Amino acid sequence: MNAFFALVRKDLILYVSDRRALLMHLVLPIVIAAFFGSVFGGSTKSGAIDVALVQQDASEVGRRIGAGLQADPNLHVTVMDRAQAEQAVRKGSQAVAVVLPAGFAEAAGSAMFTPGPKPVIELLYDPSQTAVLAMVKGMLTQQVMSVVSTEMFGGPMGRKLTERSLQQLDAGTIANPALRDMLAAVRTFQAQPQQAGGSSAPRGLSMPFTTRDQGLSNAPALQGYNPYAHAFSGMGVQFILFMGMNMGIAMLAARRDGIWNRLLAAPVSLALVVLARAVSATIIAFCLLCIVFAVAVLAFGVTVSSLPGFLGVALCFGALTAGFGLLVAAFGKTPEAARGIAMFATLIMVMLGGAWVPTFVFPAWVQQATMIVPTRWAITGLDAVTWRGLGLPDAMPAMAALLGFAALFMALAVWRFQKART
Amino acid sequence: MSSVLLSVTDLVKSYGTRRAVDGVSFRVLAGQTVGLLGPNGAGKSTTVAMLCGLLRPDAGEILLDGQPVAAGAAAVKRRIGMVPQDLALYEDLSARENLRLFGALYGLKGGPLAARIEHVLGLVNLQDRARDKPATFSGGMKRRLNIAAALLHEPDLLILDEPTVGVDPQSRNAIFDTLEALQAQGRALIYTSHYMEEVERLADHIVIIDHGKVLADDTPAALHRRLPARAVLRVDLAEPAAEGVLAALRAHAGVTALAQDKATLDIALVDNADAVPVLGWLQQNGQRPLHFSTARASLEDIFLNLTGRTLRD
Repeated sequence: MNAFFALVRKDLILYVSDRRALLMHLVLPIVIAAFFGSVFGGSTKSGAIDVALVQQDASEVGRRIGAGLQADPNLHVTVMDRAQAEQAVRKGSQAVAVVLPAGFAEAAGSAMFTPGPKPVIELLYDPSQTAVLAMVKGMLTQQVMSVVSTEMFGGPMGRKLTERSLQQLDAGTIANPALRDMLAAVRTFQAQPQQAGGSSAPRGLSMPFTTRDQGLSNAPALQGYNPYAHAFSGMGVQFILFMGMNMGIAMLAARRDGIWNRLLAAPVSLALVVLARAVSATIIAFCLLCIVFAVAVLAFGVTVSSLPGFLGVALCFGALTAGFGLLVAAFGKTPEAARGIAMFATLIMVMLGGAWVPTFVFPAWVQQATMIVPTRWAITGLDAVTWRGLGLPDAMPAMAALLGFAALFMALAVWRFQKART
Repeated sequence: MSSVLLSVTDLVKSYGTRRAVDGVSFRVLAGQTVGLLGPNGAGKSTTVAMLCGLLRPDAGEILLDGQPVAAGAAAVKRRIGMVPQDLALYEDLSARENLRLFGALYGLKGGPLAARIEHVLGLVNLQDRARDKPATFSGGMKRRLNIAAALLHEPDLLILDEPTVGVDPQSRNAIFDTLEALQAQGRALIYTSHYMEEVERLADHIVIIDHGKVLADDTPAALHRRLPARAVLRVDLAEPAAEGVLAALRAHAGVTALAQDKATLDIALVDNADAVPVLGWLQQNGQRPLHFSTARASLEDIFLNLTGRTLRD
């Protein structure tokens, strides 16, 4: 045991004395996770969509449509002229520009009940924001239908347009008796005084439903998704895997430089030397992940719902990191050649594991396929005990999977090391 | 008579179709220094790796005091100290931390380990640099620390694989002082090198290896006796000697061969003592030596005689 502890101690001293490694594996994941957390909605700024409004319709109704858009909490509306709006969209500072043309409101009201050409609202959009375009279209439709129909069923413009349409029908320019009956009924409705007793609501069309939005999570304090939690999981996993990779490459260098043989010339077994390296790497990875999440908790409001669950996932991920490093050391030919391949493997693993973007945005078949990617389980486990607010039992499948992968990697590495000695 | 400490019999190791070690056999007696001499790629390092239990031989047997080494048994390994050709040190651990690690690997701990560390640091004259990292050491200091790490557990047999590669002459002398101190303590050494002067200085038994085979296994004196010439007399004459003079000189007692390059004669002699009568004969026959020197035939000459090529080929 004396030799075992000496080997582990040596690795820990060497790691802690390597400032560049500490910067790479501790500071970088925190900085990048803070950035990603902020980008994916973690900042105090609302997530409203930036929309430019070109208000060419100066009518009362047109202005009400514009005001309605500006009042929508999901939109951040800036009024500007057409040229400014085009430039802003081209530069990407505005996702969408809504051009309300002159006479739009009157034309829209008229088009509600009479056939003929419909007015056009131009939507200028950033091609990289097509998803946002659909959302803006929906909110614009709601505003236009609400304001125009309200005007048509009770406003002065509505009365004027109804009268004009009835005159056209009476003059025979439009032959549609059913439409005449309906417009006559509308004129009667318009002539009714507003009812007292709380029915001062607009007379036009309104959304026939409302929604109640509730973010579901087991963590009462959260009641929602803290994007920093996932960002810290992802970046922590990525950079700690880099640590494992570097550990493997350092072992390859040690084999090339003769230190490995020097260790094995001592009265210690190959298994003991490998196990000591695995334990030291596990300890380092575990400590790194704990420190990264300590910063996440203290500075970014990430909540750990189960400390035993978190520590368990962190420890199992540490073992996985050690196994990965040993695999690199066992199967790499030279440090230089192994670095490129290991870097590629690491990036693929973290990408498919959902470290960069959550796996739920992947196609269904990719989500299924990534079950064989060890990092997927690390991210799932960390998500479970942070923003999902779950407990130790819910983290156990991830822990078991991580330990399984770690055991497989280590067994392969030891087999390869043994083979190299014969 | 000293007992046999290490016995190597018919050792064979192949890498694919290439046979790196091909039936190597030799013995090391207690307190003896055996020089393993051969050019690069001769099979020395592979042999050393098997002696240290790092490689399993394909065939053959290695016994240390009757115990097999090839299996890598801990008890046997504890009696061997290995100084690898490469600097097997952690550059970012202090010299003392390096020694602490290697001592712990051999089961040393606490006070005894601390005492051994101080002892070996003194032996290699690095006490003042114990807290410094090898990264700040010269090549020679690193080599000395490399040796110190192998001495911590007081091995019965110290195996040094090319321990002076890349070392300046001053550091080489310091290393030799250390090794000679170990010899004086009665420690058995195996010293591999392709520097014949190093092996000649240290070894009291020499094993010459080439292409994985033992070409010679004897004491330096016995190896020298195998050479037709044991000394070389070089004479610078005032003028080149005539062909008739050279023919007569070849027939002179004690002369085994000679060659002339311009006015310089290289005369191979059976013994150093033959130099004086040969010089007298030259003067008597009208030759005027301006300068002369004698040299003992070297291991390089022995290797050349055995293989037809030099150690550095």
